[in-house]
Amino acid sequence: MTEQNTSSKGIFLSIDWITILLYIILIVWGWFSVCGACYDFNNPDLFSWETNSGKQIVWGGTSLVLAAVIMLIERRLFDSAAYVIYAAMMLLLLVTIVIAPETKGSRSWLPITESVKIQPAEFAKFAVALALGKWMDRYGFNIKKSKDIGVAIALIFFPMLLIVAQKETGSALVYFAFFLMLYREGMTGSLLFTGFACVVYFVVGLKFQNDFITYMPVSIGEFTVLLLAMTFTISMVWIYCHDLLTVNILATICYGSTVIALLFSLFAIPFDVCYVMLGACILMILVIILMAFYRHIYKYALIALFAILSTSLYYMSSKVIAHMADHQRTRIEVLLGITDDPRGAGYNVNQAKIAIGSGGLWGKGFLNGTQTKLKYVPEQHTDFIFCTVGEEEGFVGAAGVLIVYLLFIWRLIVMAERQIDTMSRVYGYSVLCIFLFHLFINVGMVLGLTPVIGIPLPFFSYGGSSLWGFTLLLFIFLRLDAERNLKQK
Amino acid sequence: MNHHTYEYRKFVLAGIALIVVLSYIARLAYLQLSDGEYKTRADNNAFFNNIIFPSRGVIYDRNGKLLVYNQPAYDIMVVMREVTNLDTLDFCNTIGITQQQFDERMLAIKDKNKNPGYSTYTQQLFMAQMPLSEFSVFQEKMFRFHGFYVRERTIRRYATNHCAHILGDVAEVSKQEVDNSDYYAPGDYIGKQGVERSYETELRGVKGVEVLLRDARGRIQGHYKNGELDRKPVPGKNLTLSIDAKVQALGERLMEGKMGAIVAIEPKTGEILCMVSSPSYDPHRMEGKQRSTQMLEMQRDPMKPMINRAISGTYPPGSTFKTSQGLTFLQEGIIDSTTAYSCSHGFRFRGMKVGCHGHGSPLPLIPAIATSCNGYFCWGLYHMLSNRSKYKTIQEAMTTWKDYMVSMGFGYKLGVDLPGEARGMIPNADYYDRRLGRWNPLGVISIAIGQGEVTLTPLQIANLGATIANRGYYITPHIVKAVEGGEIADSLTKKHYTKVDKRYYEMVAKGMRKAVLGGTCRSANSSQYAVCGKTGTAQNRGKDHSAFMGFAPMDDPQIAVAVYVENGGFGATYGVPIGALIMEQYIKGELSKASEAKAAMFQARHIDYGTRER
Repeated sequence: MTEQNTSSKGIFLSIDWITILLYIILIVWGWFSVCGACYDFNNPDLFSWETNSGKQIVWGGTSLVLAAVIMLIERRLFDSAAYVIYAAMMLLLLVTIVIAPETKGSRSWLPITESVKIQPAEFAKFAVALALGKWMDRYGFNIKKSKDIGVAIALIFFPMLLIVAQKETGSALVYFAFFLMLYREGMTGSLLFTGFACVVYFVVGLKFQNDFITYMPVSIGEFTVLLLAMTFTISMVWIYCHDLLTVNILATICYGSTVIALLFSLFAIPFDVCYVMLGACILMILVIILMAFYRHIYKYALIALFAILSTSLYYMSSKVIAHMADHQRTRIEVLLGITDDPRGAGYNVNQAKIAIGSGGLWGKGFLNGTQTKLKYVPEQHTDFIFCTVGEEEGFVGAAGVLIVYLLFIWRLIVMAERQIDTMSRVYGYSVLCIFLFHLFINVGMVLGLTPVIGIPLPFFSYGGSSLWGFTLLLFIFLRLDAERNLKQK
Repeated sequence: MNHHTYEYRKFVLAGIALIVVLSYIARLAYLQLSDGEYKTRADNNAFFNNIIFPSRGVIYDRNGKLLVYNQPAYDIMVVMREVTNLDTLDFCNTIGITQQQFDERMLAIKDKNKNPGYSTYTQQLFMAQMPLSEFSVFQEKMFRFHGFYVRERTIRRYATNHCAHILGDVAEVSKQEVDNSDYYAPGDYIGKQGVERSYETELRGVKGVEVLLRDARGRIQGHYKNGELDRKPVPGKNLTLSIDAKVQALGERLMEGKMGAIVAIEPKTGEILCMVSSPSYDPHRMEGKQRSTQMLEMQRDPMKPMINRAISGTYPPGSTFKTSQGLTFLQEGIIDSTTAYSCSHGFRFRGMKVGCHGHGSPLPLIPAIATSCNGYFCWGLYHMLSNRSKYKTIQEAMTTWKDYMVSMGFGYKLGVDLPGEARGMIPNADYYDRRLGRWNPLGVISIAIGQGEVTLTPLQIANLGATIANRGYYITPHIVKAVEGGEIADSLTKKHYTKVDKRYYEMVAKGMRKAVLGGTCRSANSSQYAVCGKTGTAQNRGKDHSAFMGFAPMDDPQIAVAVYVENGGFGATYGVPIGALIMEQYIKGELSKASEAKAAMFQARHIDYGTRER
């Protein structure tokens, strides 16, 4: 037996067939959904090239070929060519900005033939993941070193900028998923937490800005944001500085003044408690800055920065929103559920909710969904494909899809964790974080829970570019994973 | 830095994935497993119920002459969302409206208060009932007017200038009619008056529906479940009226320039042969778009041409009522054929005086009817009401009298198959107790001669004639002879016997015959058939009303007729000759030359009613 034989046989045996099974399930399920979403009354033949369902078969078939080809490429190639692939892909993104004709307001589609167009942004993810893996696998890489993490972040932000320049903001946002991977690789959690806190301030603050606490002229949004800002900041001092004295002082200042102000407002003269809270926050920030100078611990400075950001974000965002153009403000308000505008900006989300809600427990059956078949939901075969699942297959089908996805992500975590080298692990986590992000945003927007950001649901949404892009992304990881044992030998 | 330090973070990631999926499943459960609200909204989105209107039944007279039919008309519909690049000037010119009318109409469509079902996606009524002539011009240019559509409807057309009150009309349903019924939708048509209203259910048929699938742009994508749920419309049933169009036309001619009514009934069947209410109007005025303005004009007319006086007008019946009194007294044994009462130019007793004209005295019933003696019937009623051996109290006597009247079809609605029938007035003991306290026969004596509190509708007077013609029974007068593919109600074919025996009717008929041969109705005499008649001259605040009630031929009655001319003077002045002409027209099928001349004369004789509000 030659070494070659051993290796190819070994590869075949060490391919993760569970993932491939889940992949096939998702692709086939996705095709049925596309059939429902693309049903054409004039051309009911599901397999005709004239229909999207017919084309999706071709995209699926070619994806399998693509998958097989990738499985034949040895790991060495990905390893050595990672930066080249990255550079080539960035160049392609750059070229796309210039040569792509404008389609639906964006310049992200490259025409190949009359009817076939590809979207390079969908393929750039794997290149970034490879480059990140290669960079972080470098000897002596330390995520705590600002130069090392700086390059990694630059590798992420560069394609983001290019894609934003193509006016595909939604696709660009996906690259934030890499930060979840960086967190796994050791990036400080406080950064992730700060991002999370900002989103919470923004959403809660604006949504409840004009709701008032009973009997008091106090905005619930403002009150909640300030209370959260206090709590988060004090918790950070506690967790990162272990300084119980300061924690006690800050807690007394903040909560004490808030409680007294609330009681005064309730039993004596009603007034806006938030002024007192804002004062307490400023006092808190001053104390922390004082501690930073006094103890010369830079963590205090960072916490002070967080506190300033937390306190000011609410006021900044409400100012910004107030100065926004009407249609942009409406979009944000509809997103946050402040205003209801079923004929205008809220139309998609409203129709999507109707489609899903009308599905009931078991759904209306294959090709029986009226909402989707009659095109009440815009973009239903691409970004809003989950509506079709909800309408035609009901709660059982929609929850089923989510569970298969959960299994799929769980399997990817298991695979990523069993990688021995950093590159494969980083790549694996990049892949699963991207899938998770897509699932989170896409299904969330269809269910009316997250902002309407136009990104596809992997393997379900119609389209060759996205299907090929995700297949490429996944199968490079499967190939890397299949060789994990060979390297050990 | 060893990556194992951070291995715990895989649980954070797995946790995030788990929380996302679980919260989404919870959201799905909330959306899909709660109530059916979303299902309904999806159905409202997708299903378009295309209503197919059945053709309304047409209406014939008793001889098969067409009276009412349908003609196609075209509603112009608009889908606001699709109106683009409209050349408003061209559009307005094509359909014959001004720019201002166009703007007003568009605003009215968009007004949610006036048009609650407004949607920019669906067809809204822009203009109703465009006639074929205008439509053909519009149709040629329609391709230029994006967003405008045509809905075919039918409008009611009249093939006659007569019968306006009988036929009635159709118009769009009112909001109230929509609310009170689960059949009608806004924009549907409904019968508003006449047989159009009373036979609405038969005439309209049943609407059909196609359940269509409509896409997000409002385009129809086919039948839901391949048409399984579609229903075909059921066409309306045709009506044959009992009206004889020629008799009706003559009646309307004769009543020109007069107020009042003529009702003729076929006694054997209760079929109404003619029902004239004057003043009348040309039913063509109710056709199509002009209806509302015409209606308004007629409602403002002090002569109130919209009222069907034949069934809604209540009048003192005057002497025509004496027949019913004679019948009652005979049956109750107050009088017999030989009982004679004296009449010295009227009824005079204890200071009570009811005047009468000169005739022989004393006299029995038959000549009393023939000469229309007031004294005779006042004495009769006096003896009845003060007969304490037969009735314990005056109240009991009065109640007995009232029961006779009710059995003859007075005091209550007869139940004619037309809307708006009045019941008239027959006083009872209770009524006088309340109004007069202690009372005696003299205080109410004028009811014996059809005056005082007694009022009847012309239909009830004609029905009295039909009852005497039948010698004791009547069939509820009705205007519809047959419903094609259906039946007329049982209540319209049942015989109603009065409380008086046939033999007494025979006597009253003889009295009426004598009135024609040598009494008050001499001008109704015919050489070809035996006419029976009774005049009426009813006192009221103004000039007396002229009335006639009669039937012919005496032994095989084909027609009973009542004529009532307001302020016409003596019964013999208008009532008798008009009644005679109606009888001749029906029995002979035409008028003789002499009669034709007489008809022309009566047509030209108008009564001046002034302009006071009536």
